[in-house]
Amino acid sequence: MHGFLIYVLKRLGQFLFVVFTGVTLAFLIAHFSPVDPIEQTVSLLTSFGNTDPRSVELLRESLRELYGTDGSLLEQYFTFWGRVLTGDFGPSLSAFPTPVSTVIGRALPWTVGLLTLATLLAWTIGNLFGALAGYFRNNRFLKGVGVLVMSMQPIPTYIVGLTLIIVFGYLWPVLPISGGAQLNLEPGFTWAYISSVLVHGTLPALTLVCVGLGGWFISMRSLVSNIVTEDHVVYAELAGVRGRTIFSQYVARNAMLPQVTGLALTLGHVFGGAVIVEFVFNYPGVGKLLIAGIYAGDYSLVLGVTTIAIIAVAAAMFLIDILYPLIDPRVKLG
Amino acid sequence: MKVLIDLLRYNREFLLGTILISIILALVAASFFAPYDELATYVVIPDMPPSAEYWLGTTSRGQEVFWQLAAAMRNTLLFGVVVALVSRVIAIAVGLVSGYLGGRVDQVIMAINDTLNALPNIPILLLLVFVLRDQMSWPILAVTAALLGWQHDSRLIRSVALSLRNREFTRHAVFSGMRTGQILWREHLPYVMPIVFYTTMNNLIWAIGLEVTLSILGFSDINRPTIGGMIYWANAHSAMVAGIWWWIVVPMAFVVILFLGLFMLAMSVNEYIDPRSRLARMGA
Repeated sequence: MHGFLIYVLKRLGQFLFVVFTGVTLAFLIAHFSPVDPIEQTVSLLTSFGNTDPRSVELLRESLRELYGTDGSLLEQYFTFWGRVLTGDFGPSLSAFPTPVSTVIGRALPWTVGLLTLATLLAWTIGNLFGALAGYFRNNRFLKGVGVLVMSMQPIPTYIVGLTLIIVFGYLWPVLPISGGAQLNLEPGFTWAYISSVLVHGTLPALTLVCVGLGGWFISMRSLVSNIVTEDHVVYAELAGVRGRTIFSQYVARNAMLPQVTGLALTLGHVFGGAVIVEFVFNYPGVGKLLIAGIYAGDYSLVLGVTTIAIIAVAAAMFLIDILYPLIDPRVKLG
Repeated sequence: MKVLIDLLRYNREFLLGTILISIILALVAASFFAPYDELATYVVIPDMPPSAEYWLGTTSRGQEVFWQLAAAMRNTLLFGVVVALVSRVIAIAVGLVSGYLGGRVDQVIMAINDTLNALPNIPILLLLVFVLRDQMSWPILAVTAALLGWQHDSRLIRSVALSLRNREFTRHAVFSGMRTGQILWREHLPYVMPIVFYTTMNNLIWAIGLEVTLSILGFSDINRPTIGGMIYWANAHSAMVAGIWWWIVVPMAFVVILFLGLFMLAMSVNEYIDPRSRLARMGA
């Protein structure tokens, strides 16, 4: 138990360090940009018609307070941290006067749901087929599967998504290609609403699975084909252990360990893919929010989403790391 | 040379990858003989389907898809190569130094390395694009992408460098008074080169994917033709709805060709590094 505690503390330290670096980086990028967010917003708001110079000055003042650009650099940095910790990023300009935190809070469940489902599916299917392909090296069917998933893997998320839209939206229109659920349905735990959410999520999830599958397949196949040649497997074969047991207990279980660590490491990358997928399918998650915020020049929304994304990805990694000892008992012993 | 011929003969992936990349490179070469200025619009009749006169059709902006594609491919590849080169320099430097010094220094460098690796790239890049706005140019984007894309590879290089550290020849070099920089440059670098080649391919794929993604969203210089930029303009003119399918399908098809080609090459280089699988393929 003692070893486990040290392990958790180490991971917690790493988690905090990642969050610290990410938030600092976001602050620095936002701060040292040559573009002044206040002047940008002012010109955005005053671009239609004449505005009284005095009210512009008042606008500047309130924006300065809103964006926390008062005082020295260090003061601004601490103000920013205060906002991050309390989750208060001010009101969103494009959805005024709704606070950014509310807007993000509304979008977050969509992204988390989509990502969790798609990542788990891609990971499970990719690893299963990868392990089988590594174990039965000469199986025709598995070789075919390998060629298919591996050729999908390097293609950018956007292209895969667009192809799916063309196929299932134009050529054979069977699935909805836009939105998170049917608009005229009341959100709630009704069968109609839930099934609508699932149907709308099919293509976005399918895109993420298509893109993610290949990586897991390739690494699992090479892991398994290395483990198969190891002594303990040969010994088990000679001792007459059943093939199924060898595959699941002797080979796949060992090969899974690096794949779980890999899952944690690729989360940031997967999140980037989700941003694109949400844009392509007009899915109401944080990725679409981020891009819409950029188009609308919504400074506090963009900064808020970026910060939340960094923290959320780091937290998910931390969670996977904490669950890791469940499948690798060696960690517990320290 | 003999290696190359062997690869072409025994490795179908390498052969296919070479063919696909040759198509792309031929296109890039063709871009230098374009009859029109690549930035000019309305130089041909808009919205013409593919025909003998306009091989791949024309766009709603009055540009020939073929010549746009050629220029776009050149610009997109250039972006990828710049990112790959810059991030290689960082990855090699960090990997070799961290692996050679080992111990505490190694631990600290790797902790920083992993922290940077844990940060999601796309939101950070989008934030940067957002705050820079019109001052965002492709060299800035390339350098930023390079700064975000080396951590994974430096870890791979470090793991090789770590094993070189205690080898006989390293000790010889130290005792004969070679400086650390020289040891890394002249003794260790050649050993990690195969891994560097392999990661370069993957990094190229990643960087080009990033460029395509950002330009499709309209977050780069949209007037400079790039693969993503072509799709951006096609979307802006609702090409799919208007029935100008060739405008959007052609760049998509060539992106797929480019990525498959690079990926096949990366796979076969990886196989070349790992001789066991190469022997298995050659039937030994």
